[in-house]
Amino acid sequence: MIPILFGISLLIFFLFALMPGDYFSSNRRLSPQRLEELRALYGMNKPLIVRYFIWLKNVFHGDFGFSLQHMQPVTTLINQYIWNSFIVALATLFFTWTIALVIGIYSATKQYSIFDRLVTLGVFASLSVPSFFIGLLLIKLFGVDLHILPIGGMIDTGSTTTGLAYVLEVLRHMILPITVLTFLSVGSLTRYFRTGMLEVLRMDFIRTARAKGLKERTVIFRHALRNAILPAITLLAFELPGLFSGAIITEQIFSWPGIGRIQLDALSARDYPVLMTLTMLLAFLTILGNFLADVLYAAADPRIRLTKKEGG
Amino acid sequence: MSILKRKASSDRKRSKSIWEQSFRRLFKNRSAVFSACILGFMFLFSFVGPLISPYSSNGIDVTVMKHPPDFTHWLGTDIYGRDVLTRLMLAGRISLTVGLASMVLSLLLGSLLGAVSGYYGGIVDSIIMRIADILMSIPSLPLLIIIAAMLSEFKVPTDYRLYIVMLMLSLVGWPGLARLIRGQILSLREQMYMKAADVLGLGTWRKIFHHLLPNTYPLLIVVATLSTASGILSESTLSFLGLGVVEPTSSWGNMITIANNLIDFQKHPWLWIPPGAAIFITVVAINVLGDAVRDVLDPKMKGR
Repeated sequence: MIPILFGISLLIFFLFALMPGDYFSSNRRLSPQRLEELRALYGMNKPLIVRYFIWLKNVFHGDFGFSLQHMQPVTTLINQYIWNSFIVALATLFFTWTIALVIGIYSATKQYSIFDRLVTLGVFASLSVPSFFIGLLLIKLFGVDLHILPIGGMIDTGSTTTGLAYVLEVLRHMILPITVLTFLSVGSLTRYFRTGMLEVLRMDFIRTARAKGLKERTVIFRHALRNAILPAITLLAFELPGLFSGAIITEQIFSWPGIGRIQLDALSARDYPVLMTLTMLLAFLTILGNFLADVLYAAADPRIRLTKKEGG
Repeated sequence: MSILKRKASSDRKRSKSIWEQSFRRLFKNRSAVFSACILGFMFLFSFVGPLISPYSSNGIDVTVMKHPPDFTHWLGTDIYGRDVLTRLMLAGRISLTVGLASMVLSLLLGSLLGAVSGYYGGIVDSIIMRIADILMSIPSLPLLIIIAAMLSEFKVPTDYRLYIVMLMLSLVGWPGLARLIRGQILSLREQMYMKAADVLGLGTWRKIFHHLLPNTYPLLIVVATLSTASGILSESTLSFLGLGVVEPTSSWGNMITIANNLIDFQKHPWLWIPPGAAIFITVVAINVLGDAVRDVLDPKMKGR
């Protein structure tokens, strides 16, 4: 885990260091002399390898650099926007799992029915639609044509609402982004639950349970469901980076002030400390998520632990 | 020698019939046939369509600017009076080519590195797999965006952007595949027929390319279809952000950038809905076909 993080830090640092141009070079009014002064001030004129170690040292001290575009430390900036992304991601996670669980289980119990076929079609639609296109379609439909939902942003322009009215306003702005994100991620999870349930339903102990004369409901919910969703627990760990990464495209389309938009803004302003920190954070969360998934998997399924012991 | 040769030829005959069987089973799957037809149509539409179309790609006609769809222009015209349907066909050429080419590239990279990694093991394996780990730890869209931004800083001529997008997509696409192939090679390597290959004194490359990799073809075909779909999606996303294929070359993705203009977005939906629909239909068809192919080639995975 640690060596991979080092590898990532190297890759990220040199990727950005290799970029021609920096924050100052986009400002054409600066004289070459002033440019040199500014670069010296921010330590950009030192050799690459020295800069890498300075950066690494600062990172270990919790100093991720200074955003020149926003004139504040990167950590402050990220802290300011990441929670906007987090609430959307959390709500999306909740809806995705609820919908996928209900639909996946139900369509597995009614395999080959019309409903099941429709679900399969929906799964493919969810897997295949470009995120920006579905976002634009929904804005066109609900924001422009029907005029019932806001077309973007987190609050209305010039809005001064506070308290409950403010919360409601933000909620109204969240509906479309959450719908889009849920639609995009619900497909693969539904398929996962459906397959898992189908596999369990074929097993002998389900036949035994039915032969014992248990009610179909008991068979499905007490016997099958538990076994079907247990492995899914590990999938929750993989969702970890997604909670904080922000949905770049969706936030861009809906002008949602989250971490994904900061990322794109930083890119066009060449505000590289912000990008480096964000990429590093995401990579760290991904690795942590994988690690947690391994741990959870072993905890959820005793057979895994056994094989691991034998192997190691 | 002659015995060996005869054996080889009979092997080939048998393996051919397995492919034939799979193909026949695929042919019985109605949704697979349907999606294959749609894909065939999309290819004809993109590659043959422009030849039939009465309008040329740069047929600027100021008399019919932003004309809504009617009988002369089935999908209307854009801000320069160009026929949207013809542009859609030409953009399809780019989108489909990028999807296919990036698939081929990442397949080559992934299977070669995966096979080498699995066959040699040891330090080679560690290095390749750690690089794959690193690339897989960074979410692909941010990584793609960063690489794309870096390349636009280097002022790559717009004509070459297309090839760079293919390279980028395969750069991000190979690690997952390399891992899959490596896993397969690891188990195949231990089989008896590989012992026989050792005893016959076959060279390393011959063992890898004639004895190990062919056994992963079913897996490769499935991955190939799915990665074409994701290639088309990624290309469209990048192009939509202005980081992929850029004007004057148009792809389905960058045709939709016009929706960033509020007036065009609200008043001229025929400019951005058709390319979006084209992406959607193509990718759905590829995914359905890929799923059916997986069912046929790998019955264990059926229904997933």
